Amino acid sequence: MRGSVLLALFQQRSEIGGYGAGDTITYVWLTQGLLATIGLWGWKELGERIRSGDIVIDLSRPLDVQLGGLAFDLGRAWYHALFRGIPPVLVGALVFDLSGPPSLLAWSAFLLSVALAVSVSFAFRFAYNLSAFWLADYRGMAALAMIAATLFSGFLAPVGFFPRWLAVIAYATPFPAMIQTPIDIFVGKASGAAVAGALAAQAAWLALLLLAGRALFAAGARRLVVQGG
Amino acid sequence: MGEAARLYWRLVGARVRSQLEYRTSFLLDLVGMFLFSFLDFVEVLIIFHNVPRLAGWSVAEVSFLYATSSPSFAFADLVFGHLDHFGESIRDGSFDLVLIRPRGTLFQIATADFQLRRLGKALNGVVILAYALAVLEIGWTPGKVAVLLMMIVAGAVIFCAVWVFMICIVFWSVEGKETANAFTYGGKFLTQFPITIYDQWLRRFLAYVVPMAFVCFFPALYLLDKPDPLGLPPWVRFASPAVALAAAGCAGMMWRLAVRHYRSAGG
Repeated sequence: MRGSVLLALFQQRSEIGGYGAGDTITYVWLTQGLLATIGLWGWKELGERIRSGDIVIDLSRPLDVQLGGLAFDLGRAWYHALFRGIPPVLVGALVFDLSGPPSLLAWSAFLLSVALAVSVSFAFRFAYNLSAFWLADYRGMAALAMIAATLFSGFLAPVGFFPRWLAVIAYATPFPAMIQTPIDIFVGKASGAAVAGALAAQAAWLALLLLAGRALFAAGARRLVVQGG
Repeated sequence: MGEAARLYWRLVGARVRSQLEYRTSFLLDLVGMFLFSFLDFVEVLIIFHNVPRLAGWSVAEVSFLYATSSPSFAFADLVFGHLDHFGESIRDGSFDLVLIRPRGTLFQIATADFQLRRLGKALNGVVILAYALAVLEIGWTPGKVAVLLMMIVAGAVIFCAVWVFMICIVFWSVEGKETANAFTYGGKFLTQFPITIYDQWLRRFLAYVVPMAFVCFFPALYLLDKPDPLGLPPWVRFASPAVALAAAGCAGMMWRLAVRHYRSAGG
């Protein structure tokens, strides 16, 4: 449905922000497939555990809370990729002529990019869930995070369709690294050195968010007072 | 009927009072809903950043479609939105409780989990309606004002009917939320754009099967003095209330059929 709306644009223009009509259809089906895999929306487990005090159990385990969580999340992403990621893209490929990665190298770059996107998304979710250490009701923060992620990740419309100033803002955030980057690689919009650059940018965001998450977690855990029982 | 209305207000009123008890939390939720539903409109703006007109409709005209479908949808969401979680009570058998109480089943379900914060979705429609009305030059007549009010009310009834009709799936399959959402949220999304941009089959589906085109597209043609691209007779533009009643009738029958089909999980 979103596809029909975006495609209507191409009755009047042949290319927008480097995307042709075929790329846009591919984009639409891929976002549907990626949505669940990346876990863009709604993850409150950690926040809930902090609120209820169960986080203490995690702290006493000989397992790093953040990296352990990342491992769990990558497992979850596998499951979602198999059952909710690939089917819609296959359906799309049957009905429409989708533009796929041109080479084996591009395919592997795409898979690596998705893995990085899942990790960036997790690192981001981990970070905002930590607001539960300071706020009794962290849902407001979670809602804001969800809004920002939906808009800037390129889920709503490809970032290339944005007005320039909005695109600049989007690329100053980690969100395009969650949806837009893997899709750009899939449709072959980025190639060669640009792919390497895009993957490096994803990795940089991942490192930054993981470090920020660690710092916040350490600060929060120091502050933590748990009700006994 | 009068008694049912009184009871509805009492039950819903109690829910509302308990939600207003935590005022900050409620306001945050409201603002969150408002901003989140605003994203759809940002998408409209992004599209119009790239083209001046979409299927012959200007940004103000599409905003008008958006702004008239939004309050209708928000109303339906307020009254029936929590039906999305209804599948759980089929699975765990708690629907039994509803069956033994001396009130209509749909009535009880509708009052079971009323969330006032969903009003946030209606707010942005009102804001955008104000914008669209300020920009568009509609030659207002009493008839047009009546059609505007009518389309919002009829649209709300159509959305409610679709919501109830679709959630009946869960009586058969337990998991039906995603399918139902494709029609409710998806339908909302579709009504925001002129239906001429869709494929022919989708267009027919919207006009004749799921009557989404009657929510705001056909009445909007009249209000904006636009020719009908489908070439349907002019009375179609005023048919929304009749369509809404028919849709509500279908949904009611479907619900009865579904409830009769219900077998308890033995909870």
